[in-house]
Amino acid sequence: MMLVSFLFIPILAALLLLFIKNNKTAQWVAILFSGLSLLVALLMLITPTADFNIAWLPNLNTRFILHADGLSKILILLTAISFPAILLTTANNEYKNRNVFLSLLLFAQAGLMGVFLAGDALLFYFFWELALIPIYFLCSIWGGEKRIAITFKFFIYTFLGSLFMLAGILFLNAHTSDHSFLINSFIHANLSGGEQVTAFALFFIAFAIKMPIFPLHTWQPDAYEQSPTAVTMVMSAVMVKMGLYGILRWLMPLFPAAFMAHTHVVVLLSVIGILYASFIAIRQDDIKRLIAYSSIAHIGLMNAALFTHTQIAIQGALIQLFSHGINVLGLWMVADIIEQQTGTRSMQQMGGLAKKQPTLAILLVGFALANIALPLTNSFVGEFLMFTGLFQFNPWMAACAGVSVILAAIYTLNLVQKVAYGAISEKINTMQSPNKGAQVVLIILLIIVFATGVYPQPLFSLTADTLQELFVK
Amino acid sequence: MNAIIVSTLLGVIMMFCSWGIKSQQVQKNIALIGLFILIIANLAQSNGWYVVDFDTKGMLKYNFFGLYANTLLFVLTFIYVWINGEEIAKITSSSADFYSLFFFILCGISILTSFDNLLMLFLGIEILSIPLYILTGADKKNMFSNEAALKYFLMGSFSTGILLLGITFIYGATGSFHLTAPVVSISTGIAQEQILLSTGLILLFAAMNFKVSAAPFHFWTPDVYDGAPTVFTSFMATIAKAAGFIAFINVFNSQHKALGYSWTLLLTFVILSTLLVGNIIAVFQRSVKRMLAYSSIAQAGFMLFALYGKSDINYESTLLYAVVYSIATIGIFAVLVKMKENSFEAFNGLGKAHPLLAFTTTVFLFSLAGIPLTGGFFAKYYMLSALLKAGAGLWLVLVAVVFAAISIYYYFKIIQAMYFTTGEPAINPLPSQYKYQLLTLAILLLVLGVFPNLLLNYLYF
Repeated sequence: MMLVSFLFIPILAALLLLFIKNNKTAQWVAILFSGLSLLVALLMLITPTADFNIAWLPNLNTRFILHADGLSKILILLTAISFPAILLTTANNEYKNRNVFLSLLLFAQAGLMGVFLAGDALLFYFFWELALIPIYFLCSIWGGEKRIAITFKFFIYTFLGSLFMLAGILFLNAHTSDHSFLINSFIHANLSGGEQVTAFALFFIAFAIKMPIFPLHTWQPDAYEQSPTAVTMVMSAVMVKMGLYGILRWLMPLFPAAFMAHTHVVVLLSVIGILYASFIAIRQDDIKRLIAYSSIAHIGLMNAALFTHTQIAIQGALIQLFSHGINVLGLWMVADIIEQQTGTRSMQQMGGLAKKQPTLAILLVGFALANIALPLTNSFVGEFLMFTGLFQFNPWMAACAGVSVILAAIYTLNLVQKVAYGAISEKINTMQSPNKGAQVVLIILLIIVFATGVYPQPLFSLTADTLQELFVK
Repeated sequence: MNAIIVSTLLGVIMMFCSWGIKSQQVQKNIALIGLFILIIANLAQSNGWYVVDFDTKGMLKYNFFGLYANTLLFVLTFIYVWINGEEIAKITSSSADFYSLFFFILCGISILTSFDNLLMLFLGIEILSIPLYILTGADKKNMFSNEAALKYFLMGSFSTGILLLGITFIYGATGSFHLTAPVVSISTGIAQEQILLSTGLILLFAAMNFKVSAAPFHFWTPDVYDGAPTVFTSFMATIAKAAGFIAFINVFNSQHKALGYSWTLLLTFVILSTLLVGNIIAVFQRSVKRMLAYSSIAQAGFMLFALYGKSDINYESTLLYAVVYSIATIGIFAVLVKMKENSFEAFNGLGKAHPLLAFTTTVFLFSLAGIPLTGGFFAKYYMLSALLKAGAGLWLVLVAVVFAAISIYYYFKIIQAMYFTTGEPAINPLPSQYKYQLLTLAILLLVLGVFPNLLLNYLYF
């Protein structure tokens, strides 16, 4: 029952919100329900969870199965933390028809939770789309100036990817012995080598577009830039994890031979993507685009780590799934507070934040350091493990990817320098201190950054069973 | 049997109604009651009660699939009349004439779902088509409507000629009009008539493709759909077309064996060209009505996948696709009918002015595009899965999937206009219950999008 409530709570809230016209009430209802999800998620960490398993469409042999292992749990925790945090920090932003906005956001939450829980391929596909459609409307209605064309590009891109995945699901379903969609039947599907490669490619395209991996990333910076910031946060903190989750949950166990055959190609693509995105990030002046490219680089590293297929790198990636979400959430929030108050995203017009708003500047520096993966921050743990694994896999690739750490320092410190230091610029001078809710959320996130950086053991033990599943069997 | 007799009777009764009853509202209600009686009569037959029962000497055969298809198409007609009655009344002073034509069409449909003989196929198609020609030209004072009717009539007659020629060839080769005759004659191995038989079957195939507007026999579709009054386009594109598909699958589910491997080749060619023509040309349309005409060609391409296989899943997938596609298309045309013009711009700002109407339109478009949670997803799903089970290559599935992604482009243009563009929608005032009628359709689609087996389970009773 606990697992169903992850779907049930946001959907109920989303439906309820459609009828609440008052902005303030709507905001509080949304925060309350997403807080409730967070509570259930915390409860899930300490109590054992039972699978939810009922028949759905008997003549298709598909079942409504929700199952949570360590991988699911860590991502559910991330989702459950993100939504109340996002809702609290953006509470003062102006959105017309706020109740619809919040409702769509919570529908997306239900979709994301479903993706991370589904144990049946058709169900997984359903939630995969359910997460996408609200985001399409959110970006197109509330986004920036060029929103319609850019969101449409994003939508067609990802929709085509997921249709390929659907073809793959159908293909696998035809090759299972019991013609079901259960993940276990898929694992034991009777595929020849060539068929496995085909099915692998179909799934991989969907995941690669979602993450995104170079050269399929072109939708991302534009989409991040044009979306309303609350949605950008959802997309970069949680939605991109869908692709990585897909690789861990579906790609790796389903097509072991095809997976091993393509490790070098994919790692190479990822490394190219990491360097490419890092170099572009250095040249950015728009603070949102900078974070977007930085995010592509980090996701690329995680993908490379998964495809090294070494235990240590995958352990790092599992932790980084969570850590990257928290860090990027913090960065977006600071960026959003600055944008909301000054009305600009250009770093040239900023400066002197440390003198004007010291608290905010400290928070920014904290998240920036986490973005560079400085020791004591959470990403250090993950990135160190990932680089170790990458080095075992291929030292040359590790060396090339390692350059990105230096590049990350360049663009992130550049961001800090331009925003926080120097003379107080005209725009920054107008800033007020952010609302209490946002401050509390940012401080909590920063505490999580350092707490899991100093003592990551709880995250290791949480994901131990997934790792065991992937490597022992 | 019941359906054929009752629908004919009702057609005649409806015809006389236009003399005695002047109120259009009453005429609509009589038509609805008639449709209800028709549905009951048809259900009665599935339970073994006959109005009249006689031996058709193998001309007709009744199986559960045919009767169930009848029921579904009658229910769809009921919904169609329920929603569009007022709009039909605007075209003429006496809508009873059109209702009577609908009943004759339903008579044709009842034959098409149950024929076991090529002559009955011919009869069914003619009974279905002739009222459609009249409906196309219903808007007498509009030149486009007249042009469309004439075009449809000429092209339709021509294709009927080809159909007859095909039947003649098949008769010449096998000496029988019976549906299974070609397959039987192949198994007995009368080799010198193979050419005649194949030619006959290919001609039959071409004529059926014309009826369901599959490329390269689709040229009449955009002009006819565009020229006909929008309410009747809605009927033509949904119920009449669905019946055409059921006939198509009835003919070729067994006959295709007589063509051997070349059947797969032919069908693949037709499907690919239909998907290509429908989807690509739809992208460039400026008028929503013409876009929907091409979209209906594209959807026909998807429905033809059902002919690939040989298993029972073909019947399942055809029915589900036909019903879901019909509901969505009736819905979208019901919205279009209220628009002052057919351009995409007419929809600008509809999301703000009429939120419920815009929501239902979104559901209809999602369903046509095959997005999960709407019936359209499972319709497409069943087709693709039938295709794989029939042993067709994965590449064909991938081609279909790419075209499905292209279709997003033109369906979403309406959504973009409704929600993301500001403006005053060019829409006529709506009757108060109208949006709830459309909401019913949308809810139906959403329910079928989660539980398609609600519809399909009855096939196994």
